[in-house]
Amino acid sequence: MKIEAIIQPSRFESVKDALLEIGIDGMTVTEVRGHGRQKGHTEVYRGREYTVDLLPKVKLELVLPDNLVNRAVETILKSAKTGKIGDGKIFLSRIEDAIRIRNEERGESAL
Amino acid sequence: MKRMGIWCCCLLTLVLSSLPAHAQETPSSPAAAGAPSPEISKAVADKLSQLDQKVAAAQSAGDNAWMLVSAALVLLMTGPGLALFYGGLVRQKNVLAIMMQSFALMALITVLWALVGYSLCFGGNGPVIGNFQFALLRGVGVTPNPDYAATIPQLTFMVYQLMFAVITPALITGATAERMKFSGTILFMTLWFLVVYAPMAHMVWGKGGMLNASLGGRFPTLDFAGGTVVHITSGVSALVCALYMGKRVGYPKQPMPPHSLVLSFIGACLLWVGWFGFNAGSALAASGLASSAFVATHFGAAAAALSWSLAEWFKNGRASALGAISGAVAGLVAITPAAGFVAPFPALLIGFIAGAFCFWMVTKFKAIFGYDDALDAFGVHGAGGTIGALLTGICAQSFINPIFGEGKPVGGFDGHWGQVGNQLVGILLAWVFAIVGTIVILKIVDVTTGIRVSEEHEIEGLDITQHGEEAYNLEA
Repeated sequence: MKIEAIIQPSRFESVKDALLEIGIDGMTVTEVRGHGRQKGHTEVYRGREYTVDLLPKVKLELVLPDNLVNRAVETILKSAKTGKIGDGKIFLSRIEDAIRIRNEERGESAL
Repeated sequence: MKRMGIWCCCLLTLVLSSLPAHAQETPSSPAAAGAPSPEISKAVADKLSQLDQKVAAAQSAGDNAWMLVSAALVLLMTGPGLALFYGGLVRQKNVLAIMMQSFALMALITVLWALVGYSLCFGGNGPVIGNFQFALLRGVGVTPNPDYAATIPQLTFMVYQLMFAVITPALITGATAERMKFSGTILFMTLWFLVVYAPMAHMVWGKGGMLNASLGGRFPTLDFAGGTVVHITSGVSALVCALYMGKRVGYPKQPMPPHSLVLSFIGACLLWVGWFGFNAGSALAASGLASSAFVATHFGAAAAALSWSLAEWFKNGRASALGAISGAVAGLVAITPAAGFVAPFPALLIGFIAGAFCFWMVTKFKAIFGYDDALDAFGVHGAGGTIGALLTGICAQSFINPIFGEGKPVGGFDGHWGQVGNQLVGILLAWVFAIVGTIVILKIVDVTTGIRVSEEHEIEGLDITQHGEEAYNLEA
């Protein structure tokens, strides 16, 4: 399974640490921008107003064996939550296959 | 100085009190009242003239040290000061281009200044423009030019004035930012320096200039450090350029926020520091007048930073960093013509008015008329310079600077309200000169090198298209 979690940049460190604690040490992280229901904010420069509606977020991607997925999701939920709008989302999807480039291992052993 | 005589011997008293003139006249004092032998008289006279030379040399050393530092401070205002201030306000793709324009002027104007610029500003005694007396810096050496600054080498005076000529055209680049060709900029600035700056500088500061307040002008305009010469000319020309060139692609619909207010912040603070050289240095000596101008400068900047911030706070509910630094610059602009004429509290008043006025100019006035003065060169320098020049006529006082002669009233606070009229003449002339000169120059540049980059180049950014480089190669 693949977990894509889009979270607040300010929560990233604690999410990463929490995942490491439960034994997940592989992830891919991207700085992204976007918004869901959270509205942007307004900036004013010398009287000119700009609405900034794409806000910075962090996207984590993890591909995990099925038995780890639930724990990982719970961990992310717990550590990424601030309770305010704009906390982000988690998407789950199925992965066809995985290949380790170094030795061409396939399937779960490549994770 | 005379007070020192109480503590010194009579001989020294004579030397010091005869400083401005030469010590040749035979002084009448108790020491000389007897009838000394000719040998003693000669020995005393020799000693006196030696002391005279030494005192003059000591004063020259002090003044020259301050003026060299001031010249360096004024250069600091252009690069890095203005370059950072403007550089932070543009978008990432144009930051090198705007910084390069300031830097190129440091080089270009210096060469022009050596060839003819200094002479056109300070040679001869014509009413409108100088002559070629000092072309190629002929006769400009360590001997002072007593018309302008009797205690410092003319070389120091020359290089100090050069720094003003460098920053003035650089201010205009704020209005043309993000869309002017580099080739067009170079040609425009060359012509502008010769056609607008040189005559204005001569009229206000040059001997015989028609606006000169101390050297025989018909309309004595008070301009201590360049409110008309530097800020009105550049600010008004900036407005003309903005109107002539038109708006940036996407303005005002597309957001164009400053790419780094940190750079602008550092730049503005460097401008504030450099301005002490600009204004206090304009005393052309390490004198009490320099101290007075230094204090007025600092007070003006502080008051304007506060009033801009307050205005913003009332209007937007928050005081921004950009607002505070813009206010400080507006205050520095407005206090420039007044610095050596006003007392500390009037300086606070001038700053306070200028901060709020320039805030209104860049937020309301600009929005009403819809011109794209990209970095507010007109809103800050044109507007701030004009209000500052006007307020100088009101606030100038003879106890700070008796420029019209000991005891004669200077500005409105002295009861000489006619000075406000003189200021208006100076302001009007600077506006007209800037408008007409800039339109003519823009036409010339338009048909030769061209002024504006193509739309694709503008969208791609001037750094790549004009200079072939990028400011931030963060992955390199």
